Amino acid sequence: MRSIAEGLFTDGAPPRLVGGRNRETGRIVFPCPEGSDFEPYPLKREGKLWSYTIQRYRPKSPPYTGPEDFTPWPVAYVELPGETIVEARLTNVDFDDIEIGMPLELTQVVLDPDAAEPVLIHAFQPKGAAS
Amino acid sequence: MSDVCIVGIGIHTFGRTDGVSGLEQGVFAVREALSDAGIEWPDIQFAYGGSDAAGNPDTMVERLGLTGVQFINVRNGCAAGGSALFSAQMAIKSGEFDLGLAVGFDKHPRGAFNALPSEYNLPDWYGEAGYMITTQFFGAKIMRYMHEYGISATTLGRVAEKAFRNARHAPHAWRRDPVPLDVIMDAPMVSDPYTKYMFCSPAEGGVALVLASEKKARELGKPLVRLKAAAMRTRPPGSFEVFAPSIDVERGGSATNIASADAFSLAGIGPEDISVAQLQDTEAGAEIMHMAENGFCRDGEQEQWLAEGRTEIGGVLPVNTDGGCLACGEPIGASGLRQVYENVVQLRGDGGGRQVPGNPTTAYSHVYGAPGVSAVTILER
Repeated sequence: MRSIAEGLFTDGAPPRLVGGRNRETGRIVFPCPEGSDFEPYPLKREGKLWSYTIQRYRPKSPPYTGPEDFTPWPVAYVELPGETIVEARLTNVDFDDIEIGMPLELTQVVLDPDAAEPVLIHAFQPKGAAS
Repeated sequence: MSDVCIVGIGIHTFGRTDGVSGLEQGVFAVREALSDAGIEWPDIQFAYGGSDAAGNPDTMVERLGLTGVQFINVRNGCAAGGSALFSAQMAIKSGEFDLGLAVGFDKHPRGAFNALPSEYNLPDWYGEAGYMITTQFFGAKIMRYMHEYGISATTLGRVAEKAFRNARHAPHAWRRDPVPLDVIMDAPMVSDPYTKYMFCSPAEGGVALVLASEKKARELGKPLVRLKAAAMRTRPPGSFEVFAPSIDVERGGSATNIASADAFSLAGIGPEDISVAQLQDTEAGAEIMHMAENGFCRDGEQEQWLAEGRTEIGGVLPVNTDGGCLACGEPIGASGLRQVYENVVQLRGDGGGRQVPGNPTTAYSHVYGAPGVSAVTILER
């Protein structure tokens, strides 16, 4: 299955997120901006939860292309030590178990399994959780 | 340099006014402000107007009169009104003009603001995956703040409870029925930890302010409400803003920090000298965080401040005396000017049931918006 956009993930297994590293300052961001100021920089796969909320209502379409039937999902900011804090969904976790500081690892989820051509987006899950 | 004074104020009720365009609500506010100042439209030498979604403000000359007046449109996100006011006071401070207008109005569709990634220089996948949602940012920002500084969900509820209680006495407010704390806390979650009463809604409304040089204000015989400071600033490195696919590990300050410090420096006073404050409260936690970001308390002290009622009308620092964005809704172009309108009402002693006691002499207003802009004013009488 393809990812939602070119260049978001590395090709290796397991895939990593591709951030951008500023050629002058060394500042790391996600995703890698277009242009010559940043070079692609594979990010750490593991980090810890910096903050989160729960998306409780279906986002408007456009631009959202997820399923018509909506079930709430957590939106997190995940700190990748020494690199950057990435916004991502959380998966494979009960809402009641979410705690700032918990260890997380990168995974992928399908945005809409019923789509004609389903796509993968980035997500994090508790470290060691079965996906 | 002589001070710039606010000599006329006008407002069109916030909320939903079916059948009345945003521009018409702006025109209504302008006519009220002119009448309040005791002047006529042809007396106005210049105008700055802000609107985000309700058309070009300068087209209101069609309704007000084709006097050939200089009219400049301002578009600056949630800081549009503050930016219009800043520009208007500069025009008078420069000595170019004596009498002018800052006006803002808007009319948004129901429901959350619907933003597209391309408008924010973001890739399309960011919107397709469901991240172009302002409430996600608001939820995540306060969740981190609560974790770092020990703010409870009840404190967020108290902010909303106060907003609706204050709005009861503000004729221009939208949601004027008090809501008990337990109803606020038990309401459906929108974006955790915020329930539906803890978010403001996009709305409609219009506000106009007539500004004059001190000399002109004395001629008009109005009480001198002086604009001692107006500052508009953008974000520093390491701030946390809406629609951010990533944020820096090294955390920094905010646009509010800078605008606030500059405004206090311009006015030559400090946070402890302020009698009443209107702080951006698009969600309950914003008021909490902005209390500290504007220097009124330290991070974490809000828990005690709210429990002790220090930001109530009769408290040491009344905050959002007309119910703020939570009770008035947010018509983007008008929202920042509403705060200044309310401050003039308070300084004139015209607040009725919501009047801050003890003849307040200083008033503070603050807006914050995407993607990291802030505007602050300080008034004195």
